[in-house]
Amino acid sequence: MVNASVEGKTYAETDPYLVGREKIREFAHAVKSTSPINLDVFAAQAAGYSDLVAPPTFAVVIQERSLTSVLADKEADIDFSRVVHGDQRFIHTRPIVAGDELTSQLTVASVKSLGAHAMVTFETKIHDAEKQLVCTAISTLVVRGAE
Amino acid sequence: MTHINIASLEVGQEVGNVEILFTRDSLVRYAGASGDFNPIHYRDDFAKSVGLDGVLAHGMLTMGAAVQVVVDWIGDPGRILDYGVRFTKPVFVDANDGAVLKVTAKVGEIDLENSTVRIDIAAVAADLAVLGKAQARVRI
Repeated sequence: MVNASVEGKTYAETDPYLVGREKIREFAHAVKSTSPINLDVFAAQAAGYSDLVAPPTFAVVIQERSLTSVLADKEADIDFSRVVHGDQRFIHTRPIVAGDELTSQLTVASVKSLGAHAMVTFETKIHDAEKQLVCTAISTLVVRGAE
Repeated sequence: MTHINIASLEVGQEVGNVEILFTRDSLVRYAGASGDFNPIHYRDDFAKSVGLDGVLAHGMLTMGAAVQVVVDWIGDPGRILDYGVRFTKPVFVDANDGAVLKVTAKVGEIDLENSTVRIDIAAVAADLAVLGKAQARVRI
């Protein structure tokens, strides 16, 4: 179901993702944010930021790009149609702001079996163009076993 | 600086509550914004074919919308340092009526030394807790 031997495997770093103002606004509207710091450049700058600040869960967009590589990895053998999101966490070193160029690199932190199911925990490190850590995204997927 | 005085906070104090309506439009909008186009979030026939009762909200939409009450309280999304949840139940979104997410946020822990607080978030839809251990650490 999930190949336990991929535990500890680290995938290639993704190409840089340029965080755009309009993408932040689009994502902010989608999560029903009305915070001026997500939407209004002047409000963000008045609060001390260089540009619009992304909502607290925006890093999922970056995480998704590295998750694609593990889901496509035949060795890992994860059937995406059987996947349920178990938990998610974002630990920020600093907020993501418009203009950031972010790369992500995913490591399979653990693979556990839970009866007929498997639980896979991924840790994705998101870095900026200066190679500084911006966010660590931790995600657990539950892969349901065949009935 | 925020308008909040950390010394005035008490553990257990409610800092916000809100009801959020998710419609099918909300799900399509979130799919586009996030890039998660799993059809269980917009196609009833597909959801049923994989054994679900119907279309459900993206867990990440519930997570993202639930924290907004904390963002509104602190007044700055950049002050949410650490935010994690468990997805405990799906949020089914009716084609006509949508779904209502009831969110309550309370002070869980106060760290005066680091000037941070842990906010505990409860999110309920159709009388079920849909997020577990939903906690945000906020810089005051």
